[in-house]
Amino acid sequence: MNHPDEQQLIEYASGDATAASTVREMEQHLAECAVCRESVEGVKRVVAAASAVEIPEPDAAYESRMWHRVAAEIEPRRAGFGWREWFSGRRLAAVGAMAAMVIAAFLAGRYSPRPETATPTVAATPQVRERILLVAVGDHLDRAQSILLEISNAEPASGAAAKTVDISREQKRAEELLGANRLYRQTAQKTGDATVADVLGELEPLLVELANGPSAVPASEIETLRKRIEARGLLLKVRVVSSNVHEREKTTVKGSNNL
Amino acid sequence: MTRMVDSDAAQVALVLGGDRDAFRVLVERHSRKLFRLAYRMTGNEQDAEEIVQDAFVRAYRKLDRFESRANFSTWLYRICANCALDRMRKQKTEDSHREHEREYEEGATGPLAVAASEAPAPDRLVMSEQLGAGVRTAMAELSATERAAFVMRHVDGFSIEEIAKSLELSIGATKNSVFRAVQKLRRQLEPLVSAAR
Repeated sequence: MNHPDEQQLIEYASGDATAASTVREMEQHLAECAVCRESVEGVKRVVAAASAVEIPEPDAAYESRMWHRVAAEIEPRRAGFGWREWFSGRRLAAVGAMAAMVIAAFLAGRYSPRPETATPTVAATPQVRERILLVAVGDHLDRAQSILLEISNAEPASGAAAKTVDISREQKRAEELLGANRLYRQTAQKTGDATVADVLGELEPLLVELANGPSAVPASEIETLRKRIEARGLLLKVRVVSSNVHEREKTTVKGSNNL
Repeated sequence: MTRMVDSDAAQVALVLGGDRDAFRVLVERHSRKLFRLAYRMTGNEQDAEEIVQDAFVRAYRKLDRFESRANFSTWLYRICANCALDRMRKQKTEDSHREHEREYEEGATGPLAVAASEAPAPDRLVMSEQLGAGVRTAMAELSATERAAFVMRHVDGFSIEEIAKSLELSIGATKNSVFRAVQKLRRQLEPLVSAAR
């Protein structure tokens, strides 16, 4: 072997000569050539010197300081788009805590003393109260059904580079429905209307996730959501309960007209 | 070691579940190691701290892309190396004009050349200090990619394949970056290293 060139020398000294034949030839040559042997040793000394630079040790508060600097720039994460976590224990606990607050607020409002002159006589009748509630819940379920339909049929915009779906409209509507959904569910539970309470209970995690999720989501997440909605039969349940509520609404109207 | 990796994965899962404070454990556990990498690449404490901060922020935002089977520490290291590269490239552009002016004023002789011309000093301590200064100067003259490749290969012992993957280079380009780094360091440092023996 002739004298190796600089690249061969450096790669050999660095342990980066990959071909076994090259390594063998280098070793044979080095055994015979003191000049190249010294060159290889020189490269190793340079690499060792350059690798041994003293690094200043950060002070004891460094880790804590670093966390505070990082924390100032990051937001709490949501668990992805969250469809997988619809019914996780942690999320249900959070929803439960919120629901407890809403119930407390609702009951406090319901049983707190009211000015005697404030309530019109007609509004106090049970039939009228029920009718108002049924109209509101019926309308609520129609709007929820519309969101479910739009999510189920959502498609990425044509030419969207990352195949994302813009659900900002549905997100805004979910935000609007969320508070009412909780209130209607609790009222339904209180009045023993288990069917309405159940379907509103199933809607609630979806509304929470939609309201708090990103406004553009990957098409794959939408597909996951669509499958969830289908698997739970949520759209059908909302449709059926909504239809029942509207029927009861009509019956109540007839009843109150007969008073 | 396995416990540490498991523990990292557990913390990552907590963060992904919405527990932001779980990320603090990861920051406190890995920030010193990342500082050493960033310092070796920049030679500046303040820059190194900012790079580590950038790396953690970037890691947090990309955490859902981290595969739980992978080693979190290695994943973080790669992010940090890339943050350092980005910053060095940006600074290089900003500094290039100022650097040309400085070189001109020094009559085309950098601090390393001045140090070398004053050698050999009889005192080994002085030689050691000169060597340290020479290494810093020589490292500063490598390109960002060469410096990253050199540090990853010769300081942290990564394979050429691992470096290529981290820096998103071909195997050939990575080998070449390591080679060019050693070649430049050799030209700058060999006289000092020989004098210090």
